[in-house]
Amino acid sequence: MRELRLPAGERVATTLMWAAAAFVAGSLLWILGDMIVRGLGGLSPAFLTSAPADAGRAGGIGPILVSTLAILAVCIGVAAPLGLATAVFLSELAVGRRGFGDLVRRSLDALAAVPSIVFGLFGNALFCHVLGLGFSILSGGLTLACMALPLLIRTTEEALRAVPQEQRLGAAALGLSRLTTLRRLLLPAAAPGIGAGLVLGVGRAIAETAALLFTSGYVTRMPGSLLDSGRSLSVHVFDLAMNVPGGNENAYASACVLVLALLAINALAVEGTRWWARRAAR
Amino acid sequence: MTSSPSRALRRSRADGALVAALAAGAATAGSIVVLIFAFVAREAWPALRERGPLRFVTDEAWHPSDGELLLLPMVAGTLLTTLGALLLAGPLGIASGIFARFYAPARAARLYRRLVALLAGIPSVLFGLWGLVVLVPLVARLGGSGQGLLSATLVLALMILPTVAITADAALGAVPQPVLQGAAALGLGRWTIARRVAVPAARSGIATGLLLAAGRGLGETMAVLMVAGNVVQVPDGPLAPLRTVTANIALEMGYATEGHRSALFASGLALMVTVGALVVLVEWQRRRTVRA
Repeated sequence: MRELRLPAGERVATTLMWAAAAFVAGSLLWILGDMIVRGLGGLSPAFLTSAPADAGRAGGIGPILVSTLAILAVCIGVAAPLGLATAVFLSELAVGRRGFGDLVRRSLDALAAVPSIVFGLFGNALFCHVLGLGFSILSGGLTLACMALPLLIRTTEEALRAVPQEQRLGAAALGLSRLTTLRRLLLPAAAPGIGAGLVLGVGRAIAETAALLFTSGYVTRMPGSLLDSGRSLSVHVFDLAMNVPGGNENAYASACVLVLALLAINALAVEGTRWWARRAAR
Repeated sequence: MTSSPSRALRRSRADGALVAALAAGAATAGSIVVLIFAFVAREAWPALRERGPLRFVTDEAWHPSDGELLLLPMVAGTLLTTLGALLLAGPLGIASGIFARFYAPARAARLYRRLVALLAGIPSVLFGLWGLVVLVPLVARLGGSGQGLLSATLVLALMILPTVAITADAALGAVPQPVLQGAAALGLGRWTIARRVAVPAARSGIATGLLLAAGRGLGETMAVLMVAGNVVQVPDGPLAPLRTVTANIALEMGYATEGHRSALFASGLALMVTVGALVVLVEWQRRRTVRA
Protein backbone atom coordinates (compact mmCIF):
# COMPACT_ATOMS: atom_id res chain seq x y z
CA MET A 1 0.00 0.00 0.00
CA ARG A 2 3.00 2.30 -0.05
CA GLU A 3 2.01 4.12 -3.27
CA LEU A 4 -1.22 5.37 -1.66
CA ARG A 5 0.70 7.47 0.87
CA LEU A 6 1.08 11.11 -0.06
CA PRO A 7 4.54 12.29 -1.16
CA ALA A 8 6.46 14.11 1.54
CA GLY A 9 6.10 17.49 -0.18
CA GLU A 10 2.32 17.15 -0.23
CA ARG A 11 2.22 16.25 3.45
CA VAL A 12 4.42 19.22 4.39
CA ALA A 13 2.27 21.55 2.27
CA THR A 14 -0.94 20.30 3.89
CA THR A 15 0.50 20.96 7.33
CA LEU A 16 1.68 24.43 6.27
CA MET A 17 -1.69 25.44 4.80
CA TRP A 18 -3.56 24.32 7.91
CA ALA A 19 -0.99 26.13 10.03
CA ALA A 20 -1.45 29.34 8.04
CA ALA A 21 -5.21 29.15 8.45
CA ALA A 22 -4.84 28.39 12.15
CA PHE A 23 -2.57 31.42 12.48
CA VAL A 24 -5.09 33.73 10.78
CA ALA A 25 -8.02 32.42 12.81
CA GLY A 26 -5.89 32.44 15.96
CA SER A 27 -4.89 36.08 15.50
CA LEU A 28 -8.51 37.11 15.08
CA LEU A 29 -9.61 35.17 18.16
CA TRP A 30 -6.65 36.53 20.13
CA ILE A 31 -7.55 40.15 19.34
CA LEU A 32 -11.30 39.75 19.84
CA GLY A 33 -10.78 37.57 22.91
CA ASP A 34 -8.41 40.14 24.39
CA MET A 35 -11.01 42.90 23.99
CA ILE A 36 -13.79 40.80 25.47
CA VAL A 37 -11.84 39.20 28.32
CA ARG A 38 -10.27 42.45 29.52
CA GLY A 39 -13.21 44.66 28.68
CA LEU A 40 -16.29 42.74 29.72
CA GLY A 41 -15.53 43.10 33.43
CA GLY A 42 -15.68 46.88 33.15
CA LEU A 43 -19.10 46.91 31.50
CA SER A 44 -22.13 47.80 33.55
CA PRO A 45 -25.27 49.89 33.11
CA ALA A 46 -23.55 52.63 35.09
CA PHE A 47 -20.53 52.57 32.75
CA LEU A 48 -22.76 52.98 29.71
CA THR A 49 -24.70 55.91 31.15
CA SER A 50 -22.38 57.93 33.39
CA ALA A 51 -20.03 60.68 32.29
CA PRO A 52 -16.27 60.11 32.15
CA ALA A 53 -14.26 61.48 35.07
CA ASP A 54 -10.55 62.03 35.69
CA ALA A 55 -9.74 62.26 31.93
CA GLY A 56 -11.64 59.04 31.34
CA ARG A 57 -9.82 56.87 33.89
CA ALA A 58 -12.96 56.75 35.98
CA GLY A 59 -16.63 57.13 35.19
CA GLY A 60 -18.33 55.85 32.06
CA ILE A 61 -19.02 56.65 28.44
CA GLY A 62 -22.57 58.05 28.48
CA PRO A 63 -21.91 61.33 26.58
CA ILE A 64 -19.51 59.51 24.25
CA LEU A 65 -22.20 57.01 23.26
CA VAL A 66 -24.59 59.90 22.61
CA SER A 67 -21.99 61.70 20.46
CA THR A 68 -21.20 58.49 18.57
CA LEU A 69 -24.88 57.86 17.81
CA ALA A 70 -25.36 61.50 16.75
CA ILE A 71 -22.35 61.30 14.39
CA LEU A 72 -23.71 58.04 12.94
CA ALA A 73 -27.17 59.58 12.52
CA VAL A 74 -25.76 62.55 10.60
CA CYS A 75 -23.63 60.19 8.50
CA ILE A 76 -26.52 57.89 7.56
CA GLY A 77 -29.02 60.74 7.23
CA VAL A 78 -26.85 62.30 4.54
CA ALA A 79 -25.26 59.26 2.94
CA ALA A 80 -28.39 57.07 2.65
CA PRO A 81 -30.51 59.35 0.39
CA LEU A 82 -27.52 60.44 -1.66
CA GLY A 83 -26.26 56.87 -1.98
CA LEU A 84 -29.71 55.55 -2.90
CA ALA A 85 -30.20 58.21 -5.61
CA THR A 86 -26.75 57.50 -7.05
CA ALA A 87 -27.24 53.73 -6.99
CA VAL A 88 -30.65 53.98 -8.70
CA PHE A 89 -29.15 56.30 -11.29
CA LEU A 90 -26.24 53.95 -11.96
CA SER A 91 -28.30 50.76 -12.17
CA GLU A 92 -31.45 52.05 -13.90
CA LEU A 93 -30.53 55.10 -15.95
CA ALA A 94 -26.80 55.02 -16.66
CA VAL A 95 -27.24 52.29 -19.27
CA GLY A 96 -27.99 54.75 -22.04
CA ARG A 97 -25.48 57.31 -20.79
CA ARG A 98 -22.41 55.22 -20.73
CA GLY A 99 -20.04 58.19 -20.47
CA PHE A 100 -21.44 59.91 -17.40
CA GLY A 101 -22.33 56.75 -15.50
CA ASP A 102 -18.88 55.34 -16.10
CA LEU A 103 -17.30 58.56 -14.91
CA VAL A 104 -19.31 58.47 -11.66
CA ARG A 105 -18.38 54.82 -11.12
CA ARG A 106 -14.67 55.51 -11.60
CA SER A 107 -14.82 58.49 -9.32
CA LEU A 108 -16.45 56.35 -6.61
CA ASP A 109 -13.72 53.71 -6.99
CA ALA A 110 -11.19 56.46 -6.42
CA LEU A 111 -13.16 57.75 -3.43
CA ALA A 112 -13.12 54.29 -1.85
CA ALA A 113 -9.33 54.31 -1.99
CA VAL A 114 -8.75 57.66 -0.28
CA PRO A 115 -6.96 57.06 3.06
CA SER A 116 -9.08 57.93 6.09
CA ILE A 117 -6.60 60.51 7.37
CA VAL A 118 -7.04 62.40 4.08
CA PHE A 119 -10.81 62.39 4.67
CA GLY A 120 -9.97 63.97 8.02
CA LEU A 121 -7.89 66.69 6.35
CA PHE A 122 -10.65 67.32 3.82
CA GLY A 123 -13.39 67.44 6.46
CA ASN A 124 -11.30 69.80 8.54
CA ALA A 125 -10.69 72.14 5.59
CA LEU A 126 -14.22 72.13 4.13
CA PHE A 127 -16.66 71.55 6.98
CA CYS A 128 -14.75 72.97 9.96
CA HIS A 129 -13.15 75.98 8.29
CA VAL A 130 -14.74 76.94 4.96
CA LEU A 131 -18.33 76.17 6.02
CA GLY A 132 -17.60 77.41 9.53
CA LEU A 133 -19.03 74.39 11.37
CA GLY A 134 -15.95 74.14 13.57
CA PHE A 135 -15.10 70.95 15.42
CA SER A 136 -18.60 69.52 15.62
CA ILE A 137 -20.71 66.41 15.40
CA LEU A 138 -22.04 67.80 12.12
CA SER A 139 -18.54 68.12 10.63
CA GLY A 140 -17.62 64.59 11.75
CA GLY A 141 -20.87 63.08 10.49
CA LEU A 142 -20.58 64.77 7.10
CA THR A 143 -16.97 63.59 6.75
CA LEU A 144 -18.02 60.04 7.56
CA ALA A 145 -20.89 60.31 5.07
CA CYS A 146 -18.36 60.99 2.29
CA MET A 147 -16.39 57.94 3.45
CA ALA A 148 -19.34 55.58 3.65
CA LEU A 149 -20.81 56.52 0.27
CA PRO A 150 -18.82 54.18 -2.02
CA LEU A 151 -19.67 51.06 0.01
CA LEU A 152 -23.30 52.12 0.33
CA ILE A 153 -23.65 52.79 -3.39
CA ARG A 154 -21.93 49.58 -4.44
CA THR A 155 -24.11 47.32 -2.28
CA THR A 156 -27.31 49.17 -3.24
CA GLU A 157 -26.46 49.07 -6.93
CA GLU A 158 -25.79 45.33 -6.71
CA ALA A 159 -29.11 44.77 -4.95
CA LEU A 160 -30.96 46.72 -7.66
CA ARG A 161 -29.17 44.89 -10.46
CA ALA A 162 -30.22 41.59 -8.93
CA VAL A 163 -33.90 42.43 -9.62
CA PRO A 164 -34.77 40.38 -12.77
CA GLN A 165 -34.98 42.41 -15.97
CA GLU A 166 -38.37 40.80 -16.82
CA GLN A 167 -39.97 42.66 -13.93
CA ARG A 168 -38.82 46.02 -15.32
CA LEU A 169 -40.05 45.07 -18.79
CA GLY A 170 -43.36 43.94 -17.32
CA ALA A 171 -43.77 47.25 -15.51
CA ALA A 172 -42.90 49.16 -18.67
CA ALA A 173 -45.39 47.08 -20.67
CA LEU A 174 -48.10 48.00 -18.17
CA GLY A 175 -47.32 51.64 -18.82
CA LEU A 176 -46.13 52.32 -15.27
CA SER A 177 -44.09 55.46 -14.83
CA ARG A 178 -40.48 55.18 -13.75
CA LEU A 179 -41.33 56.64 -10.36
CA THR A 180 -44.03 54.03 -9.76
CA THR A 181 -41.77 51.22 -10.99
CA LEU A 182 -39.07 52.39 -8.60
CA ARG A 183 -41.33 52.84 -5.59
CA ARG A 184 -43.60 49.82 -5.99
CA LEU A 185 -41.29 47.31 -7.63
CA LEU A 186 -37.55 47.93 -7.55
CA LEU A 187 -37.08 49.33 -4.05
CA PRO A 188 -39.19 46.69 -2.27
CA ALA A 189 -37.47 43.91 -4.22
CA ALA A 190 -34.02 45.28 -3.45
CA ALA A 191 -34.81 46.23 0.16
CA PRO A 192 -32.83 43.43 1.90
CA GLY A 193 -29.71 44.20 -0.10
CA ILE A 194 -30.08 47.91 0.55
CA GLY A 195 -30.62 47.21 4.24
CA ALA A 196 -27.52 45.05 4.42
CA GLY A 197 -25.56 47.79 2.70
CA LEU A 198 -26.77 50.36 5.21
CA VAL A 199 -25.76 48.13 8.09
CA LEU A 200 -22.30 47.64 6.57
CA GLY A 201 -22.01 51.39 6.11
CA VAL A 202 -22.80 51.93 9.79
CA GLY A 203 -20.15 49.34 10.61
CA ARG A 204 -17.59 51.19 8.52
CA ALA A 205 -18.50 54.51 10.10
CA ILE A 206 -18.46 53.28 13.70
CA ALA A 207 -14.98 51.81 13.18
CA GLU A 208 -13.50 55.06 11.92
CA THR A 209 -11.10 57.07 14.03
CA ALA A 210 -8.55 58.96 11.96
CA ALA A 211 -11.14 60.96 10.00
CA LEU A 212 -12.81 62.11 13.23
CA LEU A 213 -9.74 63.28 15.17
CA PHE A 214 -9.87 66.79 13.74
CA THR A 215 -13.44 67.03 12.50
CA SER A 216 -15.65 66.08 15.44
CA GLY A 217 -12.96 66.58 18.05
CA TYR A 218 -12.11 65.37 21.51
CA VAL A 219 -14.65 66.96 23.84
CA THR A 220 -16.17 64.49 26.31
CA ARG A 221 -19.05 66.67 27.46
CA MET A 222 -22.63 65.69 26.67
CA PRO A 223 -23.34 67.39 23.32
CA GLY A 224 -26.14 69.95 23.42
CA SER A 225 -26.55 70.25 19.65
CA LEU A 226 -25.08 68.98 16.41
CA LEU A 227 -22.79 72.01 16.37
CA ASP A 228 -21.08 70.90 19.58
CA SER A 229 -17.88 68.95 19.46
CA GLY A 230 -18.33 65.33 20.48
CA ARG A 231 -15.92 62.46 20.97
CA SER A 232 -16.71 59.18 19.25
CA LEU A 233 -16.20 55.81 20.92
CA SER A 234 -13.23 54.99 18.68
CA VAL A 235 -11.51 58.32 19.45
CA HIS A 236 -12.17 57.64 23.14
CA VAL A 237 -10.40 54.27 22.95
CA PHE A 238 -7.45 55.90 21.17
CA ASP A 239 -7.16 58.78 23.63
CA LEU A 240 -7.38 56.57 26.73
CA ALA A 241 -4.82 54.09 25.41
CA MET A 242 -2.32 56.63 24.08
CA ASN A 243 -2.63 59.82 26.09
CA VAL A 244 -3.98 58.85 29.50
CA PRO A 245 -1.65 56.85 31.75
CA GLY A 246 -3.79 54.40 33.68
CA GLY A 247 -6.58 54.64 31.14
CA ASN A 248 -6.22 51.09 29.83
CA GLU A 249 -9.00 49.60 31.90
CA ASN A 250 -11.63 51.97 30.57
CA ALA A 251 -10.06 51.83 27.10
CA TYR A 252 -10.70 48.09 27.09
CA ALA A 253 -14.24 48.46 28.39
CA SER A 254 -14.95 51.00 25.62
CA ALA A 255 -13.25 48.76 23.05
CA CYS A 256 -15.45 45.91 24.24
CA VAL A 257 -18.57 48.01 23.58
CA LEU A 258 -17.23 48.70 20.09
CA VAL A 259 -16.53 44.99 19.44
CA LEU A 260 -19.98 43.94 20.66
CA ALA A 261 -21.62 46.60 18.49
CA LEU A 262 -19.66 45.40 15.46
CA LEU A 263 -20.45 41.72 16.10
CA ALA A 264 -24.13 42.65 16.39
CA ILE A 265 -23.94 44.66 13.17
CA ASN A 266 -22.21 41.79 11.39
CA ALA A 267 -24.81 39.29 12.57
CA LEU A 268 -27.62 41.67 11.63
CA ALA A 269 -26.31 42.06 8.08
CA VAL A 270 -25.81 38.33 7.54
CA GLU A 271 -28.83 36.91 9.39
CA GLY A 272 -31.16 39.74 8.38
CA THR A 273 -30.50 39.14 4.71
CA ARG A 274 -30.92 35.40 5.18
CA TRP A 275 -34.19 35.84 7.09
CA TRP A 276 -35.54 38.12 4.37
CA ALA A 277 -34.54 35.69 1.63
CA ARG A 278 -36.37 32.86 3.44
CA ARG A 279 -39.45 35.03 3.87
CA ALA A 280 -39.39 36.02 0.22
CA ALA A 281 -39.01 32.39 -0.86
CA ARG A 282 -42.15 31.37 0.98
CA MET B 1 -47.98 66.46 -40.90
CA THR B 2 -46.15 65.38 -37.79
CA SER B 3 -48.11 63.20 -35.44
CA SER B 4 -47.70 64.04 -31.79
CA PRO B 5 -46.56 61.12 -29.65
CA SER B 6 -49.35 59.54 -27.70
CA ARG B 7 -49.77 60.52 -24.09
CA ALA B 8 -48.79 57.12 -22.73
CA LEU B 9 -45.46 57.21 -24.47
CA ARG B 10 -44.53 60.62 -23.19
CA ARG B 11 -42.60 60.77 -19.98
CA SER B 12 -44.70 62.04 -17.12
CA ARG B 13 -43.63 65.22 -15.42
CA ALA B 14 -42.89 63.33 -12.20
CA ASP B 15 -40.51 61.10 -14.14
CA GLY B 16 -38.66 64.11 -15.47
CA ALA B 17 -38.16 65.38 -11.93
CA LEU B 18 -37.10 61.92 -10.77
CA VAL B 19 -34.48 61.57 -13.46
CA ALA B 20 -33.16 65.05 -12.72
CA ALA B 21 -32.98 64.34 -8.99
CA LEU B 22 -31.19 61.02 -9.50
CA ALA B 23 -28.71 62.56 -11.93
CA ALA B 24 -28.06 65.37 -9.47
CA GLY B 25 -27.43 62.83 -6.71
CA ALA B 26 -25.01 60.88 -8.88
CA ALA B 27 -23.22 64.06 -9.91
CA THR B 28 -22.85 65.08 -6.24
CA ALA B 29 -21.53 61.68 -5.16
CA GLY B 30 -19.22 61.57 -8.14
CA SER B 31 -17.77 64.98 -7.44
CA ILE B 32 -16.75 64.29 -3.81
CA VAL B 33 -13.39 62.82 -4.72
CA VAL B 34 -12.70 65.87 -6.89
CA LEU B 35 -13.70 68.12 -3.98
CA ILE B 36 -11.36 66.24 -1.66
CA PHE B 37 -8.48 66.65 -4.06
CA ALA B 38 -9.31 70.33 -4.60
CA PHE B 39 -9.59 71.22 -0.92
CA VAL B 40 -6.51 69.29 0.19
CA ALA B 41 -4.55 70.82 -2.71
CA ARG B 42 -5.85 74.29 -1.84
CA GLU B 43 -4.59 73.99 1.74
CA ALA B 44 -1.32 72.47 0.57
CA TRP B 45 -0.73 75.19 -2.01
CA PRO B 46 1.00 77.78 0.22
CA ALA B 47 3.64 75.25 1.31
CA LEU B 48 4.15 73.99 -2.23
CA ARG B 49 4.32 77.48 -3.75
CA GLU B 50 6.34 79.37 -1.16
CA ARG B 51 8.79 76.65 -0.29
CA GLY B 52 8.58 74.30 -3.22
CA PRO B 53 8.12 70.54 -3.06
CA LEU B 54 11.88 69.97 -3.11
CA ARG B 55 12.17 71.29 0.45
CA PHE B 56 10.49 68.09 1.66
CA VAL B 57 13.57 66.10 0.66
CA THR B 58 16.40 68.66 0.94
CA ASP B 59 15.74 70.37 4.30
CA GLU B 60 17.87 69.61 7.34
CA ALA B 61 15.17 68.34 9.65
CA TRP B 62 11.43 68.34 10.42
CA HIS B 63 10.92 71.54 12.43
CA PRO B 64 7.84 72.89 10.66
CA SER B 65 7.44 75.89 13.00
CA ASP B 66 10.95 77.04 11.97
CA GLY B 67 10.21 76.31 8.33
CA GLU B 68 12.32 73.13 8.22
CA LEU B 69 10.29 70.56 6.31
CA LEU B 70 12.28 67.37 5.82
CA LEU B 71 9.55 64.76 5.31
CA LEU B 72 11.97 62.02 4.24
CA PRO B 73 12.07 60.12 7.59
CA MET B 74 8.28 59.84 7.59
CA VAL B 75 8.22 58.69 3.97
CA ALA B 76 10.85 56.09 4.86
CA GLY B 77 8.74 55.01 7.84
CA THR B 78 5.64 54.60 5.69
CA LEU B 79 7.50 52.65 2.98
CA LEU B 80 9.37 50.39 5.43
CA THR B 81 6.28 49.41 7.43
CA THR B 82 4.18 48.86 4.31
CA LEU B 83 6.87 46.81 2.59
CA GLY B 84 7.50 44.72 5.69
CA ALA B 85 3.78 44.15 6.19
CA LEU B 86 3.43 43.05 2.56
CA LEU B 87 6.31 40.59 2.90
CA LEU B 88 4.55 38.98 5.87
CA ALA B 89 0.91 39.27 4.80
CA GLY B 90 1.53 38.37 1.14
CA PRO B 91 2.56 34.72 1.53
CA LEU B 92 0.25 34.23 4.51
CA GLY B 93 -2.75 35.71 2.69
CA ILE B 94 -2.13 33.61 -0.42
CA ALA B 95 -1.76 30.51 1.76
CA SER B 96 -5.04 31.46 3.42
CA GLY B 97 -6.74 31.62 0.01
CA ILE B 98 -5.26 28.26 -1.00
CA PHE B 99 -6.46 26.78 2.29
CA ALA B 100 -10.02 27.99 1.76
CA ARG B 101 -10.14 26.72 -1.85
CA PHE B 102 -8.14 23.49 -1.78
CA TYR B 103 -7.70 22.20 1.75
CA ALA B 104 -10.64 23.16 3.93
CA PRO B 105 -13.76 20.94 3.96
CA ALA B 106 -16.78 22.92 2.68
CA ARG B 107 -18.19 23.68 6.11
CA ALA B 108 -14.82 24.73 7.54
CA ALA B 109 -14.19 26.93 4.49
CA ARG B 110 -17.50 28.74 5.05
CA LEU B 111 -16.70 29.38 8.71
CA TYR B 112 -13.13 30.37 7.87
CA ARG B 113 -14.31 32.92 5.29
CA ARG B 114 -16.58 34.53 7.88
CA LEU B 115 -13.64 34.77 10.28
CA VAL B 116 -11.47 36.46 7.64
CA ALA B 117 -14.31 38.89 6.82
CA LEU B 118 -14.62 39.63 10.53
CA LEU B 119 -10.88 40.32 10.76
CA ALA B 120 -11.29 42.74 7.86
CA GLY B 121 -13.96 44.61 9.81
CA ILE B 122 -12.03 45.13 13.06
CA PRO B 123 -11.49 48.88 13.55
CA SER B 124 -7.89 49.98 13.22
CA VAL B 125 -7.98 51.60 16.66
CA LEU B 126 -8.64 48.17 18.18
CA PHE B 127 -5.64 46.70 16.34
CA GLY B 128 -3.72 49.61 17.84
CA LEU B 129 -5.00 48.94 21.35
CA TRP B 130 -4.17 45.25 21.11
CA GLY B 131 -0.76 46.09 19.65
CA LEU B 132 0.01 48.59 22.38
CA VAL B 133 -1.08 46.47 25.32
CA VAL B 134 -0.31 42.92 24.16
CA LEU B 135 2.22 42.99 21.34
CA VAL B 136 4.49 45.87 22.38
CA PRO B 137 5.43 44.31 25.77
CA LEU B 138 6.25 41.05 23.96
CA VAL B 139 8.47 42.88 21.45
CA ALA B 140 10.04 44.87 24.30
CA ARG B 141 11.53 41.62 25.61
CA LEU B 142 13.83 41.73 22.58
CA GLY B 143 15.07 45.12 23.76
CA GLY B 144 14.01 48.74 23.58
CA SER B 145 10.57 50.08 24.40
CA GLY B 146 8.79 47.70 22.06
CA GLN B 147 7.27 50.59 20.12
CA GLY B 148 9.00 50.62 16.76
CA LEU B 149 9.43 49.15 13.31
CA LEU B 150 8.86 45.52 14.29
CA SER B 151 5.62 46.14 16.22
CA ALA B 152 4.30 48.50 13.56
CA THR B 153 5.07 46.02 10.78
CA LEU B 154 3.44 43.12 12.62
CA VAL B 155 0.25 45.03 13.40
CA LEU B 156 0.06 46.42 9.88
CA ALA B 157 0.58 42.93 8.43
CA LEU B 158 -2.40 41.63 10.40
CA MET B 159 -4.49 44.56 9.18
CA ILE B 160 -3.79 44.08 5.48
CA LEU B 161 -3.87 40.28 5.68
CA PRO B 162 -7.65 40.03 5.05
CA THR B 163 -7.34 42.11 1.87
CA VAL B 164 -4.76 39.70 0.44
CA ALA B 165 -6.63 36.63 1.72
CA ILE B 166 -10.05 37.64 0.37
CA THR B 167 -8.78 38.63 -3.09
CA ALA B 168 -6.55 35.54 -3.37
CA ASP B 169 -9.50 33.35 -2.38
CA ALA B 170 -11.73 35.01 -5.00
CA ALA B 171 -9.04 34.83 -7.70
CA LEU B 172 -8.39 31.13 -7.02
CA GLY B 173 -12.15 30.51 -7.12
CA ALA B 174 -12.30 32.05 -10.59
CA VAL B 175 -9.88 29.50 -12.06
CA PRO B 176 -12.02 27.36 -14.43
CA GLN B 177 -12.99 23.99 -12.92
CA PRO B 178 -12.00 21.97 -16.04
CA VAL B 179 -8.42 23.17 -15.68
CA LEU B 180 -8.27 21.92 -12.11
CA GLN B 181 -10.07 18.67 -12.99
CA GLY B 182 -7.62 18.10 -15.82
CA ALA B 183 -4.73 18.52 -13.42
CA ALA B 184 -6.35 16.13 -10.94
CA ALA B 185 -6.92 13.59 -13.75
CA LEU B 186 -3.19 13.66 -14.41
CA GLY B 187 -2.77 12.38 -10.87
CA LEU B 188 -1.22 15.57 -9.54
CA GLY B 189 -1.41 16.13 -5.81
CA ARG B 190 -3.37 18.87 -4.12
CA TRP B 191 -0.33 21.03 -3.47
CA THR B 192 1.05 20.60 -6.98
CA ILE B 193 -2.33 21.60 -8.42
CA ALA B 194 -2.58 24.63 -6.16
CA ARG B 195 1.02 25.70 -6.63
CA ARG B 196 1.66 24.88 -10.30
CA VAL B 197 -1.81 25.26 -11.85
CA ALA B 198 -4.18 27.38 -9.76
CA VAL B 199 -1.83 30.07 -8.45
CA PRO B 200 -0.28 30.82 -11.86
CA ALA B 201 -3.79 30.99 -13.39
CA ALA B 202 -4.95 33.36 -10.63
CA ARG B 203 -1.79 35.45 -10.82
CA SER B 204 -3.34 38.74 -11.89
CA GLY B 205 -6.11 38.61 -9.28
CA ILE B 206 -3.59 37.87 -6.55
CA ALA B 207 -1.39 40.76 -7.74
CA THR B 208 -4.43 43.05 -7.58
CA GLY B 209 -4.98 42.05 -3.97
CA LEU B 210 -1.34 42.78 -3.11
CA LEU B 211 -1.58 46.24 -4.68
CA LEU B 212 -4.80 47.00 -2.81
CA ALA B 213 -3.18 45.80 0.41
CA ALA B 214 -0.21 48.09 -0.27
CA GLY B 215 -2.66 50.99 -0.67
CA ARG B 216 -4.26 50.15 2.67
CA GLY B 217 -0.87 49.89 4.31
CA LEU B 218 0.30 53.26 3.03
CA GLY B 219 -2.89 54.95 4.21
CA GLU B 220 -3.30 53.27 7.61
CA THR B 221 -3.06 55.70 10.50
CA MET B 222 -4.31 54.70 13.92
CA ALA B 223 -2.84 51.24 14.44
CA VAL B 224 0.63 52.30 13.33
CA LEU B 225 0.42 55.54 15.29
CA MET B 226 -0.23 53.57 18.47
CA VAL B 227 2.69 51.13 18.20
CA ALA B 228 5.43 52.85 16.16
CA GLY B 229 6.92 55.11 18.85
CA ASN B 230 6.59 58.15 16.56
CA VAL B 231 10.16 59.46 16.78
CA VAL B 232 11.06 61.44 13.64
CA GLN B 233 13.98 59.39 12.31
CA VAL B 234 14.86 56.80 9.73
CA PRO B 235 14.87 53.64 11.88
CA ASP B 236 18.30 52.00 12.12
CA GLY B 237 17.04 48.59 13.19
CA PRO B 238 13.90 46.53 13.67
CA LEU B 239 13.42 47.76 17.23
CA ALA B 240 13.97 51.46 16.52
CA PRO B 241 10.97 53.79 16.74
CA LEU B 242 9.76 55.57 13.63
CA ARG B 243 6.98 57.83 12.42
CA THR B 244 4.83 57.41 9.32
CA VAL B 245 3.40 60.16 7.09
CA THR B 246 -0.13 59.41 8.33
CA ALA B 247 0.86 59.33 12.01
CA ASN B 248 2.65 62.65 11.52
CA ILE B 249 -0.57 64.25 10.27
CA ALA B 250 -2.63 62.77 13.10
CA LEU B 251 -0.12 63.89 15.74
CA GLU B 252 0.44 67.44 14.54
CA MET B 253 -2.84 68.60 12.94
CA GLY B 254 -4.25 69.43 16.35
CA TYR B 255 -1.90 72.36 16.92
CA ALA B 256 -0.50 73.13 13.44
CA THR B 257 -1.04 76.60 12.01
CA GLU B 258 -0.28 78.33 8.71
CA GLY B 259 2.92 77.01 7.07
CA HIS B 260 3.02 73.93 9.29
CA ARG B 261 -0.64 73.13 8.60
CA SER B 262 -0.06 73.64 4.90
CA ALA B 263 2.93 71.28 4.97
CA LEU B 264 0.78 68.60 6.61
CA PHE B 265 -1.85 69.01 3.89
CA ALA B 266 0.92 68.71 1.30
CA SER B 267 2.00 65.38 2.81
CA GLY B 268 -1.66 64.27 2.77
CA LEU B 269 -1.91 65.27 -0.87
CA ALA B 270 1.18 63.22 -1.73
CA LEU B 271 -0.33 60.25 0.10
CA MET B 272 -3.65 60.61 -1.73
CA VAL B 273 -1.93 60.82 -5.10
CA THR B 274 0.26 57.77 -4.38
CA VAL B 275 -2.62 55.58 -3.21
CA GLY B 276 -4.81 56.91 -6.02
CA ALA B 277 -2.18 55.93 -8.59
CA LEU B 278 -2.06 52.39 -7.14
CA VAL B 279 -5.83 52.04 -7.41
CA VAL B 280 -5.99 53.43 -10.94
CA LEU B 281 -3.31 50.88 -11.86
CA VAL B 282 -5.39 48.07 -10.33
CA GLU B 283 -8.62 49.21 -11.98
CA TRP B 284 -6.91 49.63 -15.31
CA GLN B 285 -5.42 46.16 -15.18
CA ARG B 286 -8.70 44.61 -14.04
CA ARG B 287 -10.68 46.14 -16.88
CA ARG B 288 -8.09 45.00 -19.37
CA THR B 289 -8.20 41.40 -18.09
CA VAL B 290 -12.01 41.41 -18.07
CA ARG B 291 -12.11 42.56 -21.67
CA ALA B 292 -9.44 40.11 -22.82
